[in-house]
Amino acid sequence: MIEILNLTKKYGSFTALDNLNLNIEKGTVFGFVGPNGAGKSTTFSILATLLAPTEGTAYINGFDVTRDPKKVRRHIGYMPDFFGVYDQLKASEYLDFYGASYGLGPAERSALIPQLLELVNLSHKKDSYVDVLSRGMKQRLCLARCLIHDPEVLILDEPASGLDPRARIEMRDILKELKAMGKTIVISSHILPELAEMCDELGVIENGQLVATGTVSAIHQKLKANKVLNVTVLDGLEKAIGFFEDDPKVTAVQLDEKEERAFHFAYNGTEREQTELLEKAIHNGIHVLNFSEEKTDLEDIFLEITKGDE
Amino acid sequence: MRSLFINPVLNKEFKLRLRSVKSFLGILFYLLVLGAIALGFLYITSVANQSGYFRPEESRGMFIVLSMVQLGLILFMTPGLTAGVISGERERQTLNMLLTTQQSSTSIVISKLVSSLSFLLLMIVSSLPIYSIVFLFGGVSPSALASTFGIYLLTMLGIGSIGVMCSTIFRKTIVAMITTYGIALFLTAGTGFLMIFILNAFMVGNPNQATNPLPYFTVMTNPAVVLFTVFEPNAKGELLQRAGIEFPLWLSFSISYLLIAFTAIAVSVKKLRPNMRAGKSSKGNPSS
Ligand SMILES: Nc1ncnc2c1ncn2[C@@H]1O[C@H](COP(=O)(O)OP(=O)(O)O)[C@@H](O)[C@H]1O
Ligand SMILES: [Mg+2]
Repeated sequence: MIEILNLTKKYGSFTALDNLNLNIEKGTVFGFVGPNGAGKSTTFSILATLLAPTEGTAYINGFDVTRDPKKVRRHIGYMPDFFGVYDQLKASEYLDFYGASYGLGPAERSALIPQLLELVNLSHKKDSYVDVLSRGMKQRLCLARCLIHDPEVLILDEPASGLDPRARIEMRDILKELKAMGKTIVISSHILPELAEMCDELGVIENGQLVATGTVSAIHQKLKANKVLNVTVLDGLEKAIGFFEDDPKVTAVQLDEKEERAFHFAYNGTEREQTELLEKAIHNGIHVLNFSEEKTDLEDIFLEITKGDE
Repeated sequence: MRSLFINPVLNKEFKLRLRSVKSFLGILFYLLVLGAIALGFLYITSVANQSGYFRPEESRGMFIVLSMVQLGLILFMTPGLTAGVISGERERQTLNMLLTTQQSSTSIVISKLVSSLSFLLLMIVSSLPIYSIVFLFGGVSPSALASTFGIYLLTMLGIGSIGVMCSTIFRKTIVAMITTYGIALFLTAGTGFLMIFILNAFMVGNPNQATNPLPYFTVMTNPAVVLFTVFEPNAKGELLQRAGIEFPLWLSFSISYLLIAFTAIAVSVKKLRPNMRAGKSSKGNPSS
């Protein structure tokens, strides 16, 4: 449904997007995660035909964004990260305007608009001027606007940013409904937990590069394999560090900043190998006080993936 | 073709304009200014000739003054109305969403231009009752009035297109506006001074000198001068004679303003959306 090929965007000598390759299947909810400035909005703008790539291209529903932008536009609903509204229009007029801009006839529009307002829980606001709506409502109205021409693909740039928890949940429920309708959704966020639960697949982007992709559980698994172990010894810190460093499955040994005699390292052995490592350490006369696995949640994993490149 | 002129952007712009109090205040203010000038003129002339009458000759004078004032207002308002149409949407962050719709760039640009100019047209049409004073007293031919409005329309179209073009090219409305005002000022006061300068430098003092087409070309794009030649055919005759050009000034003016409008609209249409293949076609070029 969406195919991104060697996509590169340079602003002068600065590379905002570096040779991105990605395939997103129909009906997938794909989440782009990455810190601010990673290149998420740049990618989305190119997909939305608003920005010309320096190199590479992307196909949406088989149409090349650089060659057939007009056809691409028919198949996408794009929601920018920052957007404004025409404040002297009422909510229903706002949708009517965009409906007409997509070439829908008056009858079609007046049938569709109540349904869309219903979908985004704004039926009660149809006669309100857009500028008096709350941020969450505007966000939802904008989402309804993306849907007016019934596109197969939705490109939503940080749709949940700046929303309070309740509005966020509301937004998430609407996205679930859209997924159930079979839409392919590409969504971005700089906060991982915001995305993790509603996406089928994630792509982690950092400094314009895609550093990891896969299903949420695959990324979890992959990183889970590389667990972090904490060790505290009674004495002989240097000897202990030397011992652990010698193990081939141990990497990145680092002294603990807060605690004396403590250090941690990344370990990619199995659980059995982990117990054998401890036994061997004790046999080698290392006085282990504490040997424990650090609890990692998705957010830590995310931090771990994205901090490496700096 | 129909969708080019009856389209959503145009519809929405009209709705927004007619809904805003500012628009009505604008028209009201405009009419008050024009009315005050007309009344002032009536008062001054009737006091000056102490007769209490208002003769056709004076009525004609009033027509000239009103028309010039009206042209001044058009020149003043057109950049303000048009130079923000695209950059304003960019600043309010509504442009991206408009550009991802199915609307063609041509349709967006033209509806923006037409909608902002229609407002100005509405102002001018609503000033017609003030002109009726002139017709009440005679002295002006209907064809002069028609020419006057023709010049207004062309001026609005030309300067308005430049405004839309600047609004498309420059990211900031303020820059677009200053540039458009600058160009409008050059096309009027600028070319006017240029003409005077050229006349003084090359032609005054040696009446036997061969004809010089330069003044003609400088004022060809000057709506004020062209409007003046409508009222003062003698001035027109002299200009043509000195320039040695037979081609009517109003026609050169019309052609140049239509050309300006066409070019500016074409540039706006081309620049409104990014050329999606731009980056790739320049790939082969060695860059810095
Ligand atoms: N028009 C521009 N000119 C120069 N640099 C830009 C421009 N737009 C974005 N950038 C840079 O490109 C990088 C990626 O930006 P963006 O795609 O907006 O990131 P994200 O959406 O992931 O926060 C940032 O470092 C940003 O500063
Ligand atoms: Mg962004």
